[in-house]
Amino acid sequence: MSANYEDRDRDRDRNRNYDGDDDMGRGNGQGRGGRRMHRRRICRFCIEKVDIIDFKDMRLLQNYIPERGKILPRRISGNCAIHQRMLAEAIKRARNIALLPYSTD
Amino acid sequence: MEALRQYEVLFIVDPDADEDEVNKITETCKQIITDQGGAITKAETLGRRQLAYEILHKREGTFVDLELEGSGKEIAELERRMRVNDRILRYLTVRMDEQRRRAAKFKDKRARKAAKRPFGGAQSGRQRTAEFASDDNDDA
Repeated sequence: MSANYEDRDRDRDRNRNYDGDDDMGRGNGQGRGGRRMHRRRICRFCIEKVDIIDFKDMRLLQNYIPERGKILPRRISGNCAIHQRMLAEAIKRARNIALLPYSTD
Repeated sequence: MEALRQYEVLFIVDPDADEDEVNKITETCKQIITDQGGAITKAETLGRRQLAYEILHKREGTFVDLELEGSGKEIAELERRMRVNDRILRYLTVRMDEQRRRAAKFKDKRARKAAKRPFGGAQSGRQRTAEFASDDNDDA
Protein backbone atom coordinates (compact mmCIF):
# COMPACT_ATOMS: atom_id res chain seq x y z
CA MET A 1 0.00 0.00 0.00
CA SER A 2 2.58 2.55 1.06
CA ALA A 3 4.85 1.48 -1.76
CA ASN A 4 2.11 2.42 -4.18
CA TYR A 5 1.74 5.89 -2.89
CA GLU A 6 5.44 6.49 -3.17
CA ASP A 7 5.31 5.31 -6.70
CA ARG A 8 2.53 7.66 -7.60
CA ASP A 9 4.15 10.67 -6.04
CA ARG A 10 7.49 10.37 -7.71
CA ASP A 11 8.24 13.66 -9.34
CA ARG A 12 10.20 12.19 -12.14
CA ASP A 13 7.10 10.38 -13.29
CA ARG A 14 6.37 13.42 -15.36
CA ASN A 15 9.57 13.39 -17.32
CA ARG A 16 10.21 9.78 -17.91
CA ASN A 17 9.79 8.52 -21.40
CA TYR A 18 7.99 5.40 -22.52
CA ASP A 19 11.13 3.39 -22.67
CA GLY A 20 12.18 4.15 -19.14
CA ASP A 21 8.75 3.32 -17.91
CA ASP A 22 8.57 -0.01 -19.59
CA ASP A 23 10.91 -1.73 -17.20
CA MET A 24 9.85 -0.08 -14.02
CA GLY A 25 10.22 -2.17 -10.94
CA ARG A 26 12.64 -4.52 -12.66
CA GLY A 27 16.22 -4.72 -13.74
CA ASN A 28 17.10 -4.57 -17.39
CA GLY A 29 15.24 -6.93 -19.64
CA GLN A 30 18.34 -9.01 -20.08
CA GLY A 31 18.40 -12.70 -20.72
CA ARG A 32 15.48 -13.40 -23.00
CA GLY A 33 16.88 -12.79 -26.42
CA GLY A 34 16.87 -9.04 -26.02
CA ARG A 35 13.16 -8.89 -25.42
CA ARG A 36 11.88 -7.39 -22.25
CA MET A 37 11.04 -9.80 -19.53
CA HIS A 38 7.55 -10.31 -18.36
CA ARG A 39 6.49 -7.37 -16.28
CA ARG A 40 3.88 -7.72 -13.62
CA ARG A 41 0.73 -5.99 -14.75
CA ILE A 42 -0.92 -4.30 -11.89
CA CYS A 43 -3.67 -1.78 -11.96
CA ARG A 44 -2.90 0.73 -9.26
CA PHE A 45 -6.49 1.87 -9.16
CA CYS A 46 -7.70 -1.65 -8.49
CA ILE A 47 -5.23 -2.09 -5.66
CA GLU A 48 -6.31 1.13 -4.07
CA LYS A 49 -9.95 0.40 -4.84
CA VAL A 50 -10.62 3.65 -6.64
CA ASP A 51 -14.19 3.90 -7.90
CA ILE A 52 -14.29 7.47 -9.11
CA ILE A 53 -11.39 9.24 -10.73
CA ASP A 54 -11.83 12.94 -10.10
CA PHE A 55 -10.87 15.17 -13.01
CA LYS A 56 -9.71 17.84 -10.57
CA ASP A 57 -7.14 15.57 -8.96
CA MET A 58 -4.11 16.95 -10.73
CA ARG A 59 -1.53 15.11 -8.68
CA LEU A 60 -3.00 11.84 -9.80
CA LEU A 61 -3.58 12.71 -13.44
CA GLN A 62 -0.13 14.17 -13.91
CA ASN A 63 1.32 10.68 -13.57
CA TYR A 64 -0.52 9.57 -16.67
CA ILE A 65 0.47 12.31 -19.07
CA PRO A 66 4.04 12.08 -20.35
CA GLU A 67 5.82 15.13 -21.78
CA ARG A 68 3.76 15.45 -24.90
CA GLY A 69 0.57 15.64 -22.91
CA LYS A 70 -0.78 12.42 -24.32
CA ILE A 71 -2.61 9.82 -22.28
CA LEU A 72 -0.28 7.08 -21.11
CA PRO A 73 -1.40 3.87 -22.82
CA ARG A 74 -2.60 0.90 -20.87
CA ARG A 75 0.14 -1.34 -22.15
CA ILE A 76 2.63 0.79 -20.27
CA SER A 77 0.77 1.79 -17.16
CA GLY A 78 -0.72 -1.67 -16.66
CA ASN A 79 -4.14 -0.29 -15.79
CA CYS A 80 -7.18 -2.50 -16.19
CA ALA A 81 -9.65 -1.64 -18.94
CA ILE A 82 -12.27 -0.21 -16.62
CA HIS A 83 -9.89 2.10 -14.86
CA GLN A 84 -8.12 3.14 -18.03
CA ARG A 85 -11.46 4.25 -19.42
CA MET A 86 -12.27 6.19 -16.28
CA LEU A 87 -8.82 7.75 -16.37
CA ALA A 88 -9.10 8.74 -20.02
CA GLU A 89 -12.46 10.34 -19.34
CA ALA A 90 -11.05 12.29 -16.41
CA ILE A 91 -8.06 13.49 -18.42
CA LYS A 92 -10.30 14.64 -21.26
CA ARG A 93 -12.47 16.57 -18.85
CA ALA A 94 -9.43 18.15 -17.25
CA ARG A 95 -8.25 19.20 -20.70
CA ASN A 96 -11.54 20.84 -21.50
CA ILE A 97 -11.37 23.01 -18.42
CA ALA A 98 -7.70 23.92 -18.99
CA LEU A 99 -6.32 21.96 -16.08
CA LEU A 100 -4.31 19.81 -18.46
CA PRO A 101 -2.90 20.70 -21.86
CA TYR A 102 -4.21 19.19 -25.07
CA SER A 103 -0.67 19.11 -26.32
CA THR A 104 2.65 20.44 -25.19
CA ASP A 105 5.64 21.35 -27.22
CA MET B 1 -41.27 10.76 -10.76
CA GLU B 2 -37.68 10.61 -11.70
CA ALA B 3 -34.95 10.84 -9.12
CA LEU B 4 -33.01 14.06 -8.88
CA ARG B 5 -29.83 14.32 -10.82
CA GLN B 6 -26.58 15.42 -9.30
CA TYR B 7 -24.27 17.68 -11.20
CA GLU B 8 -20.92 19.24 -10.70
CA VAL B 9 -20.26 22.53 -12.44
CA LEU B 10 -16.74 23.89 -12.60
CA PHE B 11 -16.14 27.25 -14.17
CA ILE B 12 -13.25 29.64 -14.68
CA VAL B 13 -13.66 33.32 -13.94
CA ASP B 14 -11.56 36.00 -15.59
CA PRO B 15 -8.29 36.61 -13.69
CA ASP B 16 -8.90 40.38 -13.87
CA ALA B 17 -11.97 40.01 -11.70
CA ASP B 18 -11.27 40.64 -8.01
CA GLU B 19 -12.52 38.55 -5.14
CA ASP B 20 -15.75 40.50 -4.73
CA GLU B 21 -16.61 40.06 -8.36
CA VAL B 22 -15.95 36.33 -8.21
CA ASN B 23 -18.22 36.08 -5.19
CA LYS B 24 -20.87 38.08 -6.99
CA ILE B 25 -20.75 35.80 -10.02
CA THR B 26 -20.93 32.73 -7.79
CA GLU B 27 -23.94 34.16 -5.99
CA THR B 28 -25.65 34.91 -9.29
CA CYS B 29 -25.10 31.33 -10.41
CA LYS B 30 -26.55 30.00 -7.18
CA GLN B 31 -29.51 32.29 -7.60
CA ILE B 32 -30.16 30.97 -11.09
CA ILE B 33 -30.09 27.39 -9.84
CA THR B 34 -32.40 27.95 -6.89
CA ASP B 35 -34.79 29.97 -9.04
CA GLN B 36 -35.14 27.02 -11.36
CA GLY B 37 -35.83 24.64 -8.50
CA GLY B 38 -32.38 23.15 -7.98
CA ALA B 39 -30.54 22.75 -4.70
CA ILE B 40 -26.88 23.56 -4.11
CA THR B 41 -24.99 20.94 -2.16
CA LYS B 42 -21.51 22.41 -2.33
CA ALA B 43 -19.97 25.66 -3.43
CA GLU B 44 -16.26 26.18 -3.28
CA THR B 45 -13.77 28.61 -4.75
CA LEU B 46 -10.71 26.65 -5.66
CA GLY B 47 -8.69 29.81 -6.11
CA ARG B 48 -6.56 31.24 -8.82
CA ARG B 49 -4.41 28.92 -10.83
CA GLN B 50 -2.46 28.64 -14.02
CA LEU B 51 -4.32 27.51 -17.12
CA ALA B 52 -2.77 24.73 -19.15
CA TYR B 53 -3.35 26.75 -22.32
CA GLU B 54 -4.48 30.24 -23.20
CA ILE B 55 -8.16 31.04 -23.20
CA LEU B 56 -8.97 34.45 -24.66
CA HIS B 57 -5.31 35.42 -24.19
CA LYS B 58 -5.51 34.73 -20.48
CA ARG B 59 -2.94 32.53 -18.82
CA GLU B 60 -4.62 32.06 -15.47
CA GLY B 61 -8.05 32.14 -13.92
CA THR B 62 -10.11 31.66 -10.79
CA PHE B 63 -11.76 28.28 -10.51
CA VAL B 64 -15.14 27.90 -8.86
CA ASP B 65 -16.72 24.53 -8.15
CA LEU B 66 -20.46 24.01 -7.58
CA GLU B 67 -22.30 20.82 -6.81
CA LEU B 68 -26.05 20.74 -7.17
CA GLU B 69 -29.12 18.59 -7.43
CA GLY B 70 -31.97 19.13 -9.78
CA SER B 71 -33.96 18.04 -12.76
CA GLY B 72 -31.63 19.32 -15.47
CA LYS B 73 -33.59 22.44 -16.32
CA GLU B 74 -31.39 24.60 -14.12
CA ILE B 75 -28.30 23.36 -15.92
CA ALA B 76 -29.69 24.51 -19.24
CA GLU B 77 -30.42 27.95 -17.86
CA LEU B 78 -27.10 28.19 -16.02
CA GLU B 79 -25.10 27.21 -19.08
CA ARG B 80 -26.99 29.66 -21.23
CA ARG B 81 -26.22 32.46 -18.79
CA MET B 82 -22.58 31.45 -18.46
CA ARG B 83 -22.14 31.44 -22.21
CA VAL B 84 -23.32 35.02 -22.35
CA ASN B 85 -21.23 36.23 -19.42
CA ASP B 86 -17.79 37.18 -20.73
CA ARG B 87 -16.29 37.16 -17.25
CA ILE B 88 -16.62 33.39 -17.34
CA LEU B 89 -13.90 31.98 -19.54
CA ARG B 90 -15.06 28.39 -19.51
CA TYR B 91 -17.39 26.02 -17.74
CA LEU B 92 -17.74 22.26 -17.47
CA THR B 93 -20.77 20.36 -16.25
CA VAL B 94 -20.41 16.76 -15.17
CA ARG B 95 -23.18 14.46 -14.10
CA MET B 96 -22.30 12.89 -10.77
CA ASP B 97 -25.19 10.60 -9.91
CA GLU B 98 -24.42 8.09 -12.64
CA GLN B 99 -20.80 8.03 -11.63
CA ARG B 100 -21.67 7.55 -8.00
CA ARG B 101 -24.13 4.79 -8.75
CA ARG B 102 -21.47 2.98 -10.70
CA ALA B 103 -19.01 3.40 -7.85
CA ALA B 104 -21.54 1.94 -5.42
CA LYS B 105 -22.00 -1.02 -7.72
CA PHE B 106 -18.26 -1.68 -7.81
CA LYS B 107 -18.08 -1.47 -4.08
CA ASP B 108 -20.95 -3.89 -3.69
CA LYS B 109 -19.38 -6.31 -6.12
CA ARG B 110 -16.11 -6.19 -4.25
CA ALA B 111 -17.80 -6.85 -0.95
CA ARG B 112 -19.63 -9.84 -2.33
CA LYS B 113 -16.46 -11.21 -3.87
CA ALA B 114 -14.60 -10.85 -0.60
CA ALA B 115 -17.34 -12.70 1.24
CA LYS B 116 -17.21 -15.55 -1.23
CA ARG B 117 -13.47 -16.12 -0.96
CA PRO B 118 -12.92 -19.22 1.22
CA PHE B 119 -9.85 -18.12 3.11
CA GLY B 120 -10.24 -14.46 2.27
CA GLY B 121 -11.58 -12.01 4.77
CA ALA B 122 -9.08 -10.07 6.77
CA GLN B 123 -10.21 -11.89 9.91
CA SER B 124 -9.03 -15.37 9.05
CA GLY B 125 -5.86 -14.08 7.40
CA ARG B 126 -4.81 -12.27 10.50
CA GLN B 127 -5.46 -15.24 12.71
CA ARG B 128 -3.35 -17.48 10.57
CA THR B 129 -0.38 -15.17 10.52
CA ALA B 130 -0.60 -14.76 14.25
CA GLU B 131 -0.47 -18.49 14.59
CA PHE B 132 2.46 -19.18 12.31
CA ALA B 133 4.59 -16.09 12.06
CA SER B 134 5.79 -13.41 14.37
CA ASP B 135 5.58 -10.51 11.92
CA ASP B 136 2.00 -9.66 11.12
CA ASN B 137 2.52 -6.85 8.65
CA ASP B 138 3.55 -9.28 5.96
CA ASP B 139 0.23 -10.80 5.05
CA ALA B 140 -0.23 -8.85 1.84
